[in-house]
Amino acid sequence: MKTFIITLLLSLTLSFGAQGSEGIKLQKANIDIADNISLLRGAKYFVTYCLGCHSAKHMRYLRIAHDLGTDEKVMLKDIAPEGASIYDQLHSAMNKHDAEKWFGTQPPDLSLIARSRGADWLYSYLKSYYTDPKRPFGVNNLIFEDTAMPNPLWQLQGEQHATQRKTIWGHYTELVLQEEGLLSENEFDRMVNDLVNFLVYVGEPVQLERQKMGKYVLFFLFIFLIISYLLKKEYWKDVHH
Amino acid sequence: MKMNRFAECGNWVLDRFPVTKFWNEHMAHYYAPKNFNFWYFFGSLALLVLVNQFITGILLTMNYKPDAKLAFDSVEYIMRDVSWGWLVRYMHSTGASAFFIVIYLHMFRGIMYGSFKKPRELIWIFGMLLFVCLMAEAFMGYLLPWGQMSYWGAQVIISLFSAIPVIGDDLSLWVRGDYVVSDATLNRFFAFHVIAVPLALVMLVFMHIVALHEFGSNNPDGIEIKDSKDPWGHPVDGIPLHPYYTVKDIVGVAVFLIFFATVIFYMPEMGGYFLEHANFIPADPMKTPEHIAPVWYFTPFYAILRAIPDKFAGVIGMGGAIVVLFLLPWLDRNPVRSIRYRGGVYKKALALFVISFLVLGYLGTQPATPSATIVARIFTAIYFGFFLLMPIYTRWEKTKPLPKQLTDQLELEDQLPVLIATLDEMTELKPTTSEIGDPAFRSNFFNRRPNAEGILNVVSRLAKKVIGSLD
Repeated sequence: MKTFIITLLLSLTLSFGAQGSEGIKLQKANIDIADNISLLRGAKYFVTYCLGCHSAKHMRYLRIAHDLGTDEKVMLKDIAPEGASIYDQLHSAMNKHDAEKWFGTQPPDLSLIARSRGADWLYSYLKSYYTDPKRPFGVNNLIFEDTAMPNPLWQLQGEQHATQRKTIWGHYTELVLQEEGLLSENEFDRMVNDLVNFLVYVGEPVQLERQKMGKYVLFFLFIFLIISYLLKKEYWKDVHH
Repeated sequence: MKMNRFAECGNWVLDRFPVTKFWNEHMAHYYAPKNFNFWYFFGSLALLVLVNQFITGILLTMNYKPDAKLAFDSVEYIMRDVSWGWLVRYMHSTGASAFFIVIYLHMFRGIMYGSFKKPRELIWIFGMLLFVCLMAEAFMGYLLPWGQMSYWGAQVIISLFSAIPVIGDDLSLWVRGDYVVSDATLNRFFAFHVIAVPLALVMLVFMHIVALHEFGSNNPDGIEIKDSKDPWGHPVDGIPLHPYYTVKDIVGVAVFLIFFATVIFYMPEMGGYFLEHANFIPADPMKTPEHIAPVWYFTPFYAILRAIPDKFAGVIGMGGAIVVLFLLPWLDRNPVRSIRYRGGVYKKALALFVISFLVLGYLGTQPATPSATIVARIFTAIYFGFFLLMPIYTRWEKTKPLPKQLTDQLELEDQLPVLIATLDEMTELKPTTSEIGDPAFRSNFFNRRPNAEGILNVVSRLAKKVIGSLD
């Protein structure tokens, strides 16, 4: 009986241990959606580097301006693309027909990408492009193999090459910067982080408000709990156990 | 003068409509055992969650669009552009999971204290019908956001019908209204989720409560309080439901709402268990997700389905896992109701059942690797063993003598000092540093750190107590 239980426990740990080791370790994004300056930079990067192909159709420029404490005029002048109205959603200029012709697939809307993929995945993904002549756009991605998306940030990051490394645990791929980009490594990391931060905000713009409100709701409920408990005690004092 | 008019109006209605009679029969003069413990909060909480789902659900339908092209976007519209839409939606999505937590605990209470036994079999049957309706309601509601998991979860579950021999394919076609899950499916699921199943739920809740109030509640001691009555004909160990249990249940409501609000405001996705990550991608019939997992409350049954090698046998197994619960009043041959007076065999069997339910639930969320499948098979066998071997092992039980009246039990609040003392034993004060040396600071709760020896003592004492209580 004992050996049976031990085998059982072992097979449990084995089956779940196998799960974890498969994926590539993600790099950690530093998310702070209360940091309006970072979010505004992220919004600017999004419009500059992403909006060409990807929409964020559930978001409006007006909402961004409101939430991030910016003037509507500044929003239109500095962040939104030429000709956009403050009430517009973040639509992409690329049409569906062209997209399928060029990329073989339609670039997904990014409104909820941070909620489906997670911030760390996005951060790692954007940093993990490397040169691969076999791919149509000349780049591949370590996190998302054979991705249809070309690297929109290559000028900033520079060109990375993949090299195989061997350790006692097996092979792994390392990305080495071959050609320097316009930004230093630290600057680039910060830029990608701002962009991901913005995507996390766009995924659920209400999250700051919800957390702020939660404090008051819980405070009220604790008071309510104390009062209801005292009421119960008062009623029950003549019930003998 | 004016007040009299008002009272007259009230009396006019009361003379013609038996509100007072109803109130007295079911609340003010309805006697409930006085020893309800923690486990007895979940009936009233289930009612609270039901009301929550009704109100938030009605509000959601005002902006939701049951159309394959619009559904996903309309949910995001609710989350962003509708005033308080996010709160209403999170209350509804968290409420769905809360409903199952509450119901599972409510059912466990019934099993633990034998509340399904004669003469309360029908209460259990109605409750099980409620559970089945609730699962249908949750399953159909989950399709409505039209995300990837909504879509493929529904695709997988509906395709199970096609495993039925002869009529299977036609049946699943009939359920979907199309060859794949599509707009037709979404529309009919909306109709069922919003009107048909809720009506059935309300009727069953009514029948559940009417049946309950016929014989009155069971209690943690599992004896009839009506067996000993005072000269006025009231049960000695009974107290009127109102005001005693109404005020007590309000405390339960407050505690529940604290947990509920914490999830809504701070972790509405609950790490991907209440709202699955893949469900934030719009449904795409051309792209199957790598790993399809139902929401957590279905996973024990899903694990049973996958554990059985043959598809049709798996469907039978999954259905059977619910059907055996219906048969519980006739499988359990022991007349003693409460776990407090039952034999060690039953206690051990029940513990194994709970473990198997939890393990199966966990396995259902994970991909089916070969070793995970073997584990799932073992626990599936334990799950069914608990029920199907019950007629045999409940006969061997050496039960303890039943008390004549309800026994004294410590209330949760009476145990608080013990709990604090235990916590004290498990922690020790951090060594003081020169900066924060004053004694007032030292007594601070946050200034304590875990104490390995104390924890070991407490755990071993707890383990001894648990093992001792299994006999």
